[in-house]
Order: sequence, then structure tokens, then C-alpha cells
Amino acid sequence: MAHTVTLTVNGTSYTRDLEPTLLLVEYLRETLALTGTHVGCDTSQCGACTVLVDGRATKACTMLAVQADGATVVTVEGLAKNGELHPIQRAFAKEHGLQCGFCTPGLMITAVDFLERNASPSDADIRHAIEGNLCRCTGYHNIVNAIRSASAEMRQTAGAQPKVAAEVKR
Amino acid sequence: MTATTNPTYIGARFARKEDPRLITGDATFTDDVMLQGMAYMTLVRSPHAHARIRRIDTAAAKKEPGVVSVLTGKELEATGMLPVFITVPGMNGSKHMPIATDKVRYAGDAVAAVVADSRAAAKRAADLIAVDYEPLPVVVDGTKALEAGAPIVHEELGSNLVFTYPVKGGDIDKAFKDAEITVTQRIVNQRLIPNAMEPRAVTAKFEAGELTLWTSTQIPHFVQLIVALNLGLGQNKVRVIAPEVGGGFGSKLQVYAEELLVGYLSKTLGRPVKWTEERREGYLATIHGRDLVENVEIAAKKDGTILGLRIRTVANVGAYLQAFAPGIPTILHAFIIPGPYKIPAFDVEVRGAYTNTTPVDAYRGAGRPEATFAMERIIDRLADEIGMDPAEVRRKNFIPPDAFPFNTISGITYDSGNYEPALDRALAMADYKGFEKRRAEAKARGNYRGIGISTYVEICGLAPSKANSALGVGWGGYESARIRVHATGSVQVFTGTSPHGQGHETSWAQIAADALGVSPNDIEVRHGDTFESPGMGVGTFGSRSLAVGGIAVHKAAEKVREKVVQIGAHLLEASPADVVVENGKVFVKGVPEKAKNFGDISMAAYLANNLPDGMEPGLEATVYYDPPNFTFPFGTHIAEVEIDGETGIVRIERYSACDDCGRQINPMIVEGQLHGGITQGIGQALYEGAVYDDNGQLLSGSMMEYHVPSAEDVPMFNLDHTVTLTNTNPLGVKGIGEAGTIGSTPAAVNAVIDALSPLGVKHIDMPLTSEKIWRAIHAAGEGRR
Repeated sequence: MAHTVTLTVNGTSYTRDLEPTLLLVEYLRETLALTGTHVGCDTSQCGACTVLVDGRATKACTMLAVQADGATVVTVEGLAKNGELHPIQRAFAKEHGLQCGFCTPGLMITAVDFLERNASPSDADIRHAIEGNLCRCTGYHNIVNAIRSASAEMRQTAGAQPKVAAEVKR
Repeated sequence: MTATTNPTYIGARFARKEDPRLITGDATFTDDVMLQGMAYMTLVRSPHAHARIRRIDTAAAKKEPGVVSVLTGKELEATGMLPVFITVPGMNGSKHMPIATDKVRYAGDAVAAVVADSRAAAKRAADLIAVDYEPLPVVVDGTKALEAGAPIVHEELGSNLVFTYPVKGGDIDKAFKDAEITVTQRIVNQRLIPNAMEPRAVTAKFEAGELTLWTSTQIPHFVQLIVALNLGLGQNKVRVIAPEVGGGFGSKLQVYAEELLVGYLSKTLGRPVKWTEERREGYLATIHGRDLVENVEIAAKKDGTILGLRIRTVANVGAYLQAFAPGIPTILHAFIIPGPYKIPAFDVEVRGAYTNTTPVDAYRGAGRPEATFAMERIIDRLADEIGMDPAEVRRKNFIPPDAFPFNTISGITYDSGNYEPALDRALAMADYKGFEKRRAEAKARGNYRGIGISTYVEICGLAPSKANSALGVGWGGYESARIRVHATGSVQVFTGTSPHGQGHETSWAQIAADALGVSPNDIEVRHGDTFESPGMGVGTFGSRSLAVGGIAVHKAAEKVREKVVQIGAHLLEASPADVVVENGKVFVKGVPEKAKNFGDISMAAYLANNLPDGMEPGLEATVYYDPPNFTFPFGTHIAEVEIDGETGIVRIERYSACDDCGRQINPMIVEGQLHGGITQGIGQALYEGAVYDDNGQLLSGSMMEYHVPSAEDVPMFNLDHTVTLTNTNPLGVKGIGEAGTIGSTPAAVNAVIDALSPLGVKHIDMPLTSEKIWRAIHAAGEGRR
């Protein structure tokens, strides 16, 4: 039996009748064609599917779309605002924090949530924050550099730009 | 100015041209391709490692709503066999069909295909297929598979022996007779699961007689070739597209069953078909790596001089031979074992064995990590036995810099090398001299600290086509490039390489930019589409792309540049020798104010009404470059670890590496390749390992049981480099894709064993988990409870 589900994704509200077994990540990828969110495993280890659900980094393969009814979701496609990249996006490129790019959307989303809760993280804090997001290409070295670099930029411009995660209710 | 004498962009940390689409979600991976009317394929896979198929009942599955087609092996024989591209002498090849017909040979072997309107319907139908299996005795261990009486994986071959591959040089008997010391060590390179972050996927459509197949592959042209041959289509009617590919590491260096099946089904069903691997499915059905057991004996003098090396190896190839599998434990392993050392006598024999396990093929480094691990472990064992500093044992046996070109005892020729500077710089970075103080401090904390060195030479730039042929590789080792300058001056580079994270779009643009005198930002590099390519591409594997494909780009760009100079000279009424091409301008030396724009030249090439006499219109060049030799990157990696005395947990406290890949095109990308490679190598040393039970069930069957290193498992890496140009190619480039994986595993293991050596520990098999280390500590009568 289909359920009527309303979700706000990247600022747009969508109401759809969905099968109760549909995962949030399947809804995003296949119903809304937002294919920037990826599926890298089936045991919620890899974090490639991480999106913000009501501001918190959430593995979209661990949540049914019907469970997200009423929620506000931000995916990688919603990180840039008015054509301007989010600092985390710029930092990943600047620091060579990505190679194949498959894990990158999930890592950036995790980092966005993390940096909005910890504005001045140590490297150990960063590594702990992203240990649920696997990357096979970079060895994490430049991802740590990218998140540190983004945190510095975000501290400098704090208040000047709306927070992605804090836009929505916690 | 030319690329080789005065480069502007070669050597620059140029921002990656790939990144904008990858950081915004704009990139298209294979599973992102959504087509109208698309159906979904699911494969039914055997739960048994070895069983005869008595009967398959598909009646219930066919009645399931949404099901389009249910097919078994016999109905799918038209897809033809899966290819093997390498034949070593005396090889017993296996018949490998996309869907098993008579019996299954590993848990995960496919027995039926279901196509349905949705993934969910396909899965529901797959669950309704009843297969009557007659289980057979199982063998999972390579050594046991070669014993008399072992279950035979392929009855028609009579035994599980795939090949016996000897590589010999010098007088090995004399070496061991003259030895003042010999050391023997059994060395296991455990089976690994590659875990590219993007699971494999294939999407295909068949329209107007033409098959378009998107697939997550490192070798789109080989897929095109085999799909065309097997499905009876003209190669001109098969378009294979490797769109964004989410990592490979060798696991996508195949023509897989699913590529043939999805191509065949979309053609016969007349609608688009997609298959996307689930991760747990991939653990069974995507190739594994390594799985070598070696008995290593070294003969030496007490001053550390190596006299000879004798190695007996069993390589577990799994249930079937995959595309490159025969070449991994043989060519890419046995020949490079001597590494940077003078070895007077050498006797290696590798036997391949079929078992009831997932097939094994190339995984990052592919043979070279195994070779380096064997060599570097036995050197440390030797150093320990004779009480000599491991760094000095290595130094003593290095091939001296004045000995190049150097013919190794295994029969290959290193064109260049200079190993001591890399060792010395790595030792300095690691503060090797100050280590014993840190060991003592750790001991005071109740911990064990160790330092481990690994020096390596790898073989890259695969390969000269004639060498390929001599070694049994059934295809040339060239690479192709086409550069097209459009009338407006926009530049496109088409490459036969097929990157999946390596940043070729950036590096190739840098190479072409220096030749053409334009910015890399004005150059578009296109890859992975067989209908856009120069014709045939070989692909991306074995750290070959730059040393072969990058050189093809360089040569094509030089050809285009030559024509730009000729047209420029004609328009400027000057001698070609006086024409300068730089910063998007073409002018006579000393007269930059009278420059033609690059776009003026390209427009003239297509207007074609004012060209030098006899010149063809147009501005493009195609090159197929076949290298004259392999390349031989080298380096030294040093790991320093501290082991928690209570838990046995290893932490890598410091990691220093000095690598020499020749000229670096983009140091940022070089470092990134090393970071990732080192982490994968540390993964093998400390965390990763595929585990089968005796029934052939993969116990490490998901990311829950198989530990891919996370950010908390590895440190920041300290990198340095030396530059020893190869004269094999005009840019002096060698390759860096696998160096990190090759260097890091022995460095990490040597460090752990060094830490435990005060307890009398000589060796522990990988992965060096906290449990194994805890047991070793307690076996030595130490450790807190």
C-alpha cells in the first residue's frame, strides 16, 4: 500500500505516493533523479549515501522514505547556493580531497554537519567525525586537509552566510 | 619552449578539471544512467562453493508480476565465454561461461538471470527460482588444491594445476653452498577484496542495430571488442561508455559476465537493461586480489651480501582464470622480486591452483606488492639473524647508480635508477637515528615501538607490444591519443586511457598545453567512450597511463604544434625555425607584437584558402604510441608504529616515503596517488583479509566483516621525492599509481615485527590484527591482563 509522503529536498517540497519499503536513498536517486547521492554498500558502512535530514548527517540507506515524511533534506545538489559553492566544496577541490569522487558527496555532507557543530576541530576530531565515510582513493590525508581548510574559511566568514544544516529545525 | 626543455604547466599543481562536476553531484556514474522503459537484471547466485546443478525450476519466477524474462545458463550460451588475455606456457585454461551450466565452482557463481520491470520485482522473482544442487567436496586453499586427491574444480583439466612458471638465473646451488647464512620464511600474501567505492554497474540499450553499453570499467575498448565478437555485432555497432568510474584498483580490469549479459539481454529483449551490483554480491562476484603463499629462502654472507634467492610459490587463482590472472603471480611478480638489489642467483617457481573461491586477478600493484613483500620481509629476517641494521643490508645490496642500464638476474633491463638518495632522504624524514630513544620511551609507557623500512622497484608502463607477445600477453601495450583543434581554437584531447580517479583530464591537458602553447583550461580531455576515441585504447591499469597514454598525448600535441608552426610561419611570412608558440599566441621570435592568435591559426587551417603549398586542411593528429621498454619507479617507505601493550592495537605514528616516479606532471596528483596507495597497503598489513571456511563460504562477506581502512586508521603521510628521469620516453615519466601500495605493506609489517622483536617474534602473517599481536605478546610471557 502506498503512503503519501511530503519532503522538502534542497528547498523544494515534493509530495509523492511511495511504497513503504522504499529507502530514502532510492527515493532521492530514482524518484527525484538526484543521483549525486550514491550507494556504496548495503550494510551502512560506507557513508556514500549521507544526506542532511533535518540538519543531521544521515545515511540515506538506513532510512525509509516514509520515515522522512515531513523532513527537510539537503543533498550534495543543494550545497551550492545561487551558483556559489559551499566552502566545503571549494576546499575539497583546492586540497585535492577527491579522486574518483564517488564517496565525495557523502563526505562533504558529513563534514558540513560536523563543522556546524564543531567550528575549530583538531585533526583527530575530523578523523573521528568522518570514520563512518569510507574512501578508497585518497587515504584521507587530503580530506582531512580539506575539512580543516573549510573550517578556517567558515570561521572567517561566520555569520556572513546562512548555514546549510542550521537552516532547518534541529 | 617545448614540453621537455622549459615546461610551463608540466610540473604545476594545477587544479583538477574533473572536480567541478564531482563536488556538485553533476557527475554521471553508470547507475545514474536512467533510460525510458528500462528493465532491471538480477542474477541468482549459487550458495554452494562446489555443486552439480541437477535442475533449475523457473516456473514460479516467470509468473511473478513485472517479470520480463528468466533465463538459465543453457539459454544464455549465446553470450559466449569470458576472455583471458594472457597465456603463460603450459597453461590449463578454464572454460568460463557468464552463467554456469553444468556445475557451480564457487559461492557466487551465477546460475540464472532474471529481468523485470523493477529491481524489486526482479529480486522477488529471483527468490522464487528453485535450484536443485548436488553438493560436491570443496577445496579453498591453493596448496591443498594441488595435493593428490583434492576435489577437482574443472574435471576436464584433470587437476587443479593452472601452470608451473619458473624464472631462473645464476647458479642457485652454488649460492646456497657458499652461503654463510641462510634464512627461510613462509610468507603469505592474504586474499584481499578490492572495494572500489562504486560497486560495478552496467546499463545498455539496443537501438537501430546499435548497442550502447555504459559500464564501470577500466578497459572500455576491451569490453567493446569482446561484446562485439561474442554477440556477433560489428565493432562499429557496439559503443561502450565508461562514464564516471568510482575507483577500480584492478577490480574493473575485466570483461565481466554482467557486461555480456546486459548487452545480450538489451539486444534480445529490445529494451534497455540495467544491472547494479550490491556490495555483498560484489564481495562474491567481483575479482579478489593477492592470495599467494611463498616459501622464501635467502643465501647470504654474514656481512649482509645476498648470494641467492630461492622461492616456491602457490598462487590461488580461484575458480576460473580471469582476464589478466595468469600474468599477475608470474610476469608481474616473479620478474620483479629482485627489486633494487643485485642478486647473483635466482630460482623462482610459481604454481597456479584452481580452488572453489571467487576468481583472483589484478589488485592495485598486482604481483609487485607480493614480490616486494617477499623480498623486504626476507631482508629484514636476514638483518635480524646477522644482527645488522636493515637499512644497511639494503644499502649494501643496492644496484649502484653507475650500473644502469642494468640486466636483472630475472631477465629484465632497468634503464635507470639511483636508490641510495631515496633511502637516505626517507631515513632523514623518519629520524631513523633518533628511533631507539622513542622505542625506550614507548617501553616506559608499557608499549612496543618499531620502525620498518621497505625499498622497492616496480615495473610500470605496460608494455612494449613485442615484450607483451614474448611473455604471452595477447594484446599490444600501446596507447592512443587524438588531438583535434577546432576552427575556433578550442582543443579536444581524446585518449585511449580510461581514468577512474587518476585525474587524466588534468594531467593530459597539462601535457598538451605545454606543446600547444595554450592553457590547460582551454583544453578538454575526453575519455571512456569508444565512439569518441582514436579507435582502440588499451586502458588504465598497471601504472601505465602516463608512461604510455600520456606520451601518446605528448606526441600528438607535438604533431599539432608542428602544423601550427608551419601555418604560423606561412601567415607571418617567416621561417618555421623562428616561430614561437606560447600563451595562445604565435609570433616570430623577438616580434611578439605582431602575433597571430592560436585561433587565427586554427581558423586558417579550416578555411584552407591560405595554407602552405601541399598542406592538408584541418588541425588534428592521431598517435598510437608503443613504448620501447617498461619503466622502473622506485623508492623507500618507512613506517613507525606503536603497539598498545594491553590491547595489541597498532597505531602508525609516523610514515615517511621518498618515491621516484621520474618527472612529475602534477605533484598534487602524484601525492594523492601515494596517499591512497599507502593506505591500501596499510590495509593489507594491518586490517584486511578475505576469510573462507572449509566449505567455501566467504565469512568476510560484507563491509561489516572486512575492514576497509577508515580515517581513524591512518596518519598524515610525510612525502618526499627524487627525480631520476627514464630515457624510455621523451618526458622521462614512469608511473605512480601503485607505488604506495607496493611500498607500504612491507614497511608497516616490518615495523610491527621490529616492535615485537625484543620479545623474540620473527614473523606474523598478515593482517596484523590486534588479536594476533595480543596473542604474540602473551605467548612471549608479557602483556597485562
